[in-house]
Amino acid sequence: MSKKLVEVQNLKQYFHAGGSLFKPKYVKAVDDVSLFINKGETLGLVGESGCGKTTLGRTILRLYEPTAGKIIYDGVDITKVNMLPYRRKMQIVFQDPYASLDPRMTVGDIVGEAIDIHKLASSKQDRRDRIIKMLEHVGLNSEHANRYPHEFSGGQRQRIGIARALAVNPEFIVCDEPISALDVSIQAQVVNMFEDLQSELNLTYLFIAHDLSVVKHISHRIGVMYLGKLVELAESNELIFHSAHPYTRSLISAIPIADPKTARKSKRIVLEGDVPSPLNPPSGCRFRTRCPYATELCASQEPELREISSGHYAACHHLDKVPNN
Amino acid sequence: MGKYVAKRVLTSILTIWLVATITFLLMFLVPGGPFLAEKAPSAATLEALNKRFGLDQPKIVQYKNYMLNLLQGEMGESIKQRGRMVQDIIFSGFKVSARLGGIAILVAVCIGVPIGCIAAFNRGKWLDSLILFFSTLGIAVPGFVVSTVLMVIFSVKLDLLPTYGLTSFAHYIMPVSALAFYPTAYISRLMRSSMLEVLGQDYIRTARAKGLPQFKMIFKHALRNAILPVVTYLGPLLAYTLTGSVVVEKIFTIPGLGNEFISSIINRDYTMIMGTTIFLATLLIIMNMLVDIAYKIIDPRIKFK
Repeated sequence: MSKKLVEVQNLKQYFHAGGSLFKPKYVKAVDDVSLFINKGETLGLVGESGCGKTTLGRTILRLYEPTAGKIIYDGVDITKVNMLPYRRKMQIVFQDPYASLDPRMTVGDIVGEAIDIHKLASSKQDRRDRIIKMLEHVGLNSEHANRYPHEFSGGQRQRIGIARALAVNPEFIVCDEPISALDVSIQAQVVNMFEDLQSELNLTYLFIAHDLSVVKHISHRIGVMYLGKLVELAESNELIFHSAHPYTRSLISAIPIADPKTARKSKRIVLEGDVPSPLNPPSGCRFRTRCPYATELCASQEPELREISSGHYAACHHLDKVPNN
Repeated sequence: MGKYVAKRVLTSILTIWLVATITFLLMFLVPGGPFLAEKAPSAATLEALNKRFGLDQPKIVQYKNYMLNLLQGEMGESIKQRGRMVQDIIFSGFKVSARLGGIAILVAVCIGVPIGCIAAFNRGKWLDSLILFFSTLGIAVPGFVVSTVLMVIFSVKLDLLPTYGLTSFAHYIMPVSALAFYPTAYISRLMRSSMLEVLGQDYIRTARAKGLPQFKMIFKHALRNAILPVVTYLGPLLAYTLTGSVVVEKIFTIPGLGNEFISSIINRDYTMIMGTTIFLATLLIIMNMLVDIAYKIIDPRIKFK
């Protein structure tokens, strides 16, 4: 269980964002992030929009070439290698099921193309069988193979996206906000499907979302990102019930509570202001501009991600000031 | 599909009838007539001529006669080019213009599409700027300027290419270049912008995640989706280019349909005016219909209603 499948070390992903030739500006979408995911595990990744979680997921698959840092898959450094063999092992389910399927191809071809690229089918019949098997895996059926993506609903399309990712028998899937574009009623179905597929096919997930309540349900461990930095990482329950970082606290306080009595008693921590621009992030701790505990130290020195208890990491200078919950 | 085509054909016939009627009305609103020349014919000759072409009858009768003939596929005799039937003149002119125009469009597509793609792949780099510069030039510079500049350089200065006629391969080079200039520029710009749009789509990222090699991704996913605006543009472009460009045909002295178009109006050659207008309208309608059907083949999302 505790074998590392995917590991990133000091990963940086900067995007060029204008500026002059001599003084280019960069968006530091992912800045010096290190983490690992064990085999068979689901690592949840949460954070506000624009905090770099999607970029991190895509960079791990080298859909973006990393600016610096290392990506290690199953013990092999894949930062510079030809990705083709790894494209079979590592897959991604995209956020927007409307945009991520080529409108000119039938569902069968969308799923089948991945099979063709990696030459997984021995014959035409085998190819067809595999496509149908994949569609059935995600609750669709063989007659859907000849239809086009626009003929399906959002939830069905996301299933097609999942079938497409599964078609190559991957070991690791980046789920990039796979449910945020779906109706609430369908979200639960799809999340459950992810869980079933995981136990059935022994998959490893990086599950990206901005909804902590979903992530807490599906993840073994959860990482919290803020402005391109990993600020806290811990086991799911540990993170939810013993969160250390002030940013994580505010996120958790925003989870709706089903029981109105408890809800009335709990206090919502509302953050002041907006997320600073990643073009020009604050010095030191990036969260300091919105943090109730910020001091001068936070402005001058960037806090390191350190282990505060077994397997629980947080990056904050003032962990002792944050009240226990 | 069959039902759709049938409906389209019916509305097309209605459109052509409207075009014919309006042209007929406008034609007689224009002052002058086919027999007014510097040397005015005598009153007796004029009367005889009018009688021969049925112009002495009331307009409504003329209209009725023309429409009845048209239904039988007869466009009548040209008033100016005596003894030649309008449909024969159109046909022989169209043969020349269509060959020239067809080659020009082929050239425009074969150059414009790849150039537009290259510009899109190199967005913001010097190559993109260079292509953008030339395509803007191509759109801004009118055909007669291109034709005369080409002529000055290649015929007058270098003495390489013939200036008139269409008898050999060398004769085609300048008129085709002049005709293809604008569409090439336009297509490359269309292609560039639609390719840029498609390249930003998620399904291109999906194709990468599947492990598809770059060039396959471009041909299989990007190009197929990005070509649609070019197809749209191709319909009217075909209709207009195949029927000949007046400017280019005048400058290079090519006996095409474009020439006939203008001279028929100047000469008040009523039957020719009717014939060429109806011909162009019909061609335009057919081309647009073909484009719509091609759409359905390229893009499964489009449904016929």
